[in-house]
Amino acid sequence: MRAPTPSQTVGPFFGFALPFEHDADAVEKVAYGTAGESRQAMRVEGQVLDGAGNPVDDALVEAFQNDQFARCRTDGEGAFHFTLRKPVVSDGAPRFNITVFSRGLLRHLHTRMYFPDEESANRADRVLQLVDESRRHTLIARGNGDIVHFDIRLQGEGETVFFAF
Amino acid sequence: MYRRSGVCIKPVQESRPGSWGGRNAPCTDDRSLSGFIIPVKAVSDVEYEPPYLYPDYRSTELRAPRHEPVRLPDEWFHNAPGPIFGRIPVRPEDADLTRQHRGEPLGERIIITGRVLDSDGQPVRNTLVEVWQANAAGRYLDPVDHHDAPLDPNFTGAGRCLTDDAGFYRFVTVKPGAYPWRNHLNAWRPAHVHFSLFGPSLASRLITQMYFPGDPLIPLDPMMSSISDPRGRELLIARLDLDTTVPEWALGYRWDIVLRGRRATPAEA
Repeated sequence: MRAPTPSQTVGPFFGFALPFEHDADAVEKVAYGTAGESRQAMRVEGQVLDGAGNPVDDALVEAFQNDQFARCRTDGEGAFHFTLRKPVVSDGAPRFNITVFSRGLLRHLHTRMYFPDEESANRADRVLQLVDESRRHTLIARGNGDIVHFDIRLQGEGETVFFAF
Repeated sequence: MYRRSGVCIKPVQESRPGSWGGRNAPCTDDRSLSGFIIPVKAVSDVEYEPPYLYPDYRSTELRAPRHEPVRLPDEWFHNAPGPIFGRIPVRPEDADLTRQHRGEPLGERIIITGRVLDSDGQPVRNTLVEVWQANAAGRYLDPVDHHDAPLDPNFTGAGRCLTDDAGFYRFVTVKPGAYPWRNHLNAWRPAHVHFSLFGPSLASRLITQMYFPGDPLIPLDPMMSSISDPRGRELLIARLDLDTTVPEWALGYRWDIVLRGRRATPAEA
């Protein structure tokens, strides 16, 4: 077997190259908030924070699940946003795979965003069950309705749970 | 196959604060996870990934997680498909970084090509390869680059292409310049091109950097040094390739990329 090519940091200078038009919107914004649509689009807002609690203003955050993919460069406040639709999954609770790249991360980080209004599905999710109960909340977005919040703390108090596989 | 270095299964309760080891950190416990027996299947025998915390690269200090990652069993994920990148636009002209403006950029014209393979050496076809780089003077077009070196009105420094049926990508560009950064006194990055690839699965996503052979800045570079094994560092250095070189026009460099994971169901170890 061949050794995989090692990872290197995305660095600070990717912003002119990787973004593309509507890259933060996995689904069309016009759908979002439309009443009566069973899988209506929602807005995900979050902030990437470092170990001192300072915003990480040069991170690349990607969200994907099934046929949805979006990516967003954080702004001066470390903020990112996505327009997504809650996915239907066959294994476990609905969630998005989230990857985080930034200067200072020699390798990217994998995490997951689960939804706050899926309590029973979240309780039964076998990946969430692997996570220490005291840290599980870092994987579940806050809020409800059309806008949910999901912060990513790279280090320190409330550090987000990251996965390796 | 219990001696693979990267993806060992550890009890999740063992999340002691500290730095994450590299993928070549020793594995000691393959067995218990919440009372289940987890069969360990190799993603790869050897991995040379850098650690998250590497103090010589100062920006890692506040950004490296302190908890161990929660390790998920391979068999849950080796087939988990990666992102659908079809929304990212790829035009044929995106693979030639010297033809994106009215004139030709200044600098040494080069060709960079290679194959994208999986851990079994099989080609990864039709996958997106994105590149970005500084111009020949060592300056990025990016607004956050404030290095006192000229921008080139004929060079953006960003390209995209899809691999062909044999897994090949190919870019025409100019050789990027070295540039200073403020990691330590007199810190200079060796010339490099950033690469981003998706591959077929969740585990195959990769962002990395390609370096040029013989660059005297490579041994001084903390990002390179973060990969402790010289065999791992070698994997990031292209080789000059006269078969790729076009006579009287451009030097060619060959750089193959191996993505984590395998196309088929893993064989029994």
